[in-house]
Amino acid sequence: MSGTPTATLRKTSLYDLHERQGARIVPFAGWAMPVQYRGIVEEHRAVRERAGVFDVSHMGRLFVVGADAGRFLRKALTFDVTSLPEGRGHYTLLCNEDGGISDDPYVYRLDEQRFLVVGNAVNADRDRDRIEAQLAPGMDVELLDRQEQTVMLAVQGPTASGHLARIIGPEVAALEKRACTELPFMQYKLFVARTGYTGEDGFELVTSPEAGRALWRQLLADGVEPCGLGARDTLRLEAALPLWGHDIDESTNPYEAGLGWVVSLDDGAQFVGRDALMRIKERGVTRKLTCLLAQGRGVIREGYGVLHERELVGSVSSGTYSPTLGVSIAMAYVPAELAVEGTELAVDVRGKRLRVRVVKRPFVKGSQPAIERAAS
Amino acid sequence: MGSPSDRKYSKEHEWVKLDGDTARVGITDYAQDQLGDIVYVDLPEAGASLTQFEKMGEIESVKAVSDLFAPVGGDVIATNHAVVEKPELVNSDPFGEGWLLEVRVGDASEMEKLLSAEEYDAFTESEQRDEALGP
Repeated sequence: MSGTPTATLRKTSLYDLHERQGARIVPFAGWAMPVQYRGIVEEHRAVRERAGVFDVSHMGRLFVVGADAGRFLRKALTFDVTSLPEGRGHYTLLCNEDGGISDDPYVYRLDEQRFLVVGNAVNADRDRDRIEAQLAPGMDVELLDRQEQTVMLAVQGPTASGHLARIIGPEVAALEKRACTELPFMQYKLFVARTGYTGEDGFELVTSPEAGRALWRQLLADGVEPCGLGARDTLRLEAALPLWGHDIDESTNPYEAGLGWVVSLDDGAQFVGRDALMRIKERGVTRKLTCLLAQGRGVIREGYGVLHERELVGSVSSGTYSPTLGVSIAMAYVPAELAVEGTELAVDVRGKRLRVRVVKRPFVKGSQPAIERAAS
Repeated sequence: MGSPSDRKYSKEHEWVKLDGDTARVGITDYAQDQLGDIVYVDLPEAGASLTQFEKMGEIESVKAVSDLFAPVGGDVIATNHAVVEKPELVNSDPFGEGWLLEVRVGDASEMEKLLSAEEYDAFTESEQRDEALGP
């Protein structure tokens, strides 16, 4: 299976550094991205035990600024961003009119009039268009798509704050979970948030390409492991974090995905999908996104059938090998009555039945609590 | 550095080292590199009967699962349980400690259907050129 020639794939500003590091490059969402350097398992373990750095510059970065920025974003996103204090971020969804999930971006409030929306690479352009569609005449808002002009790095793991405190300054280590700020770095400025997609303590940083390259080099020199998309996937699945396009998409609603906690209905504000979501919440869900832990050998992969006794009851949305647990882990939508901790199910692994058990999320608790919200 | 010349190779990236009528079988360094971190190896047990070039098992990495094909026919004498316990041995030492099976070869002339080290290296080079993402 040959790939798209790299000439037609986009490259981040750190591409040559990845090549020099011996990365294996693969196409992902139209970008030429490192899937691994030393190996997925080594990189995964580095993040669980120490610290790893990921180039995530392929993701969408949309700044929304102006006196009406908060009220404007409220109309596009499910989470009530007007309630976000300055210097804080929150997970959110972009839903369509039917309550299906168009993307699951993270939104940060830098100050009263400035927000940053970070979306999945595959949805970057579409997110911008959908958000832009909420513009009305007379609104004091400007949308600034900064994906081309900036880079984004994720530094994740129990020792991440130590490395960044040494390289950037002690203010990084003082950031609370989900807090964000802007800090000087050499002659540059960078945006840093204490957020991530691994279940570990960690930070996500947005800055200019020159600063990003300097930061990458300094992090590696300080002993941080370069990590690719392969480890990013095994880490997020151990943390039971959904991946858009696999575990959630426009055919799934937030309630069946366990994401009702980022849908703000109480403030009464109108946003895309609100009416549909209220109806879905009222009616309840018939299936739920569930964590499955393998009880034997073999790797569960996306698309494999989930069986209850002899009956096909669902199909795997995400599956991989968990380096921490030494067995396969997966997520799948199963009928709500089976989505109960301890339920014994099976997965059809290329014709063989692999027993699995329903477990509570997350599969692996990292150095940061994976669940930091009220029960959904 | 070329593949070891003390053995023969299949186009499915297995190697065979013959010693009398006993053959040791494994996968090549090229194969383990393509697969990435190996997490499960599914091998036939002693007593199983193999037919040359037919599927005999599976080798699974984080990212993919690959069929294993018997490079020679015969009866399985031994399975390397070390790699069943520690599949990463196949990544770290594919030509040595990461061996998979020992087989009593039924028909030694089947070895002629396999590639020499030089032929195998030329074969993988051309495969890599076809797979390349371009300049």
